[in-house]
Amino acid sequence: MSASTRRWLFLAGMAGLAAFYLWGLVGLPGFGHYPGPYGLIINKIAVAQTNATGVVSAVNFEYRGFDTVGEEFILFMAAAGVSVVLRHLRGERERPGLEQGIGADEPSTSDAVAQAALVFVGPVLVLGWWLASHAQTSPSGGFQGGVVLATAFILIYLSGGLLTFRRISPVALTDAVEAVGAGGFAAIGLAAVLMGLPYLDNYLPLGIKPGAVSSSGTIALISFFVGVEVAAALILMVGEMLEQTLLVQGEAGS
Amino acid sequence: MTASLQLVLLVLVAVGATGVVLIRSPVRQVVALSVYGLLLAVLFLAFQAPDVTLSELTVGAVVLPILLLLALAKVRERDK
Repeated sequence: MSASTRRWLFLAGMAGLAAFYLWGLVGLPGFGHYPGPYGLIINKIAVAQTNATGVVSAVNFEYRGFDTVGEEFILFMAAAGVSVVLRHLRGERERPGLEQGIGADEPSTSDAVAQAALVFVGPVLVLGWWLASHAQTSPSGGFQGGVVLATAFILIYLSGGLLTFRRISPVALTDAVEAVGAGGFAAIGLAAVLMGLPYLDNYLPLGIKPGAVSSSGTIALISFFVGVEVAAALILMVGEMLEQTLLVQGEAGS
Repeated sequence: MTASLQLVLLVLVAVGATGVVLIRSPVRQVVALSVYGLLLAVLFLAFQAPDVTLSELTVGAVVLPILLLLALAKVRERDK
């Protein structure tokens, strides 16, 4: 195919795409005009039904909890996939002298960066924990909390280096914690089935006061497990990627 | 007020996205991507989605750039 034919083919395709795209845009409802009934209904009944004032969490972990289980396991499988793809291959070994400190050819982290990162570790941990455990009362949730918790570990890596990161998050431990997080979510749902209720039905007491930390039954519990799973999955993935930067090709001792 | 703020942020996000695409050096591109993630997070906040803001702030501005930087470090190691 000659260059000009190819260009015409591309332009024809682009014109078609642009036409359909514009057609679609014209058919959209006006900005800020929500046409569906579901959002309005949920807004009206969610707090009364679940005692969760964080309605986003109520939707995520209750009304569409089954979808969220699926998403949870997407992340779980992604982390597992990263672990499998980034395993140590034959002929790969860690750079020598690693235990004595990272390679001498690399500049060490400046004290300013290390201190700044260290200062943030505590507040970030608290924030992440708060987000993961207050899904029922605020627009936070397990996913956000988990990611923020993982960020705390990344800050520890920034301040203390890879050896510290490894010491506080050994792969076996993060693996196990991740499995507990993902399995916990699924198990909460299965417990409902054992009681003769639909999967992921909210069978825990909802609490008396909407918006209390102890309210909302399984929503708060599921959010907590999601936080654990997400934090562990991200720490695991970042850890695997970090390990990769340390590996060199070649036979041991060469 | 809110509408104009949303408009300004939309323009900033468009500029940021174009910048990420146009920057050729991978490391600089990652830094630009991180800034772009931050812009998106603020945009979501302006559109009243604080939950998405929190996710975007950590995933888009921190975790994704770190994963990309690590990948770049690995590639550079192999090229040596």
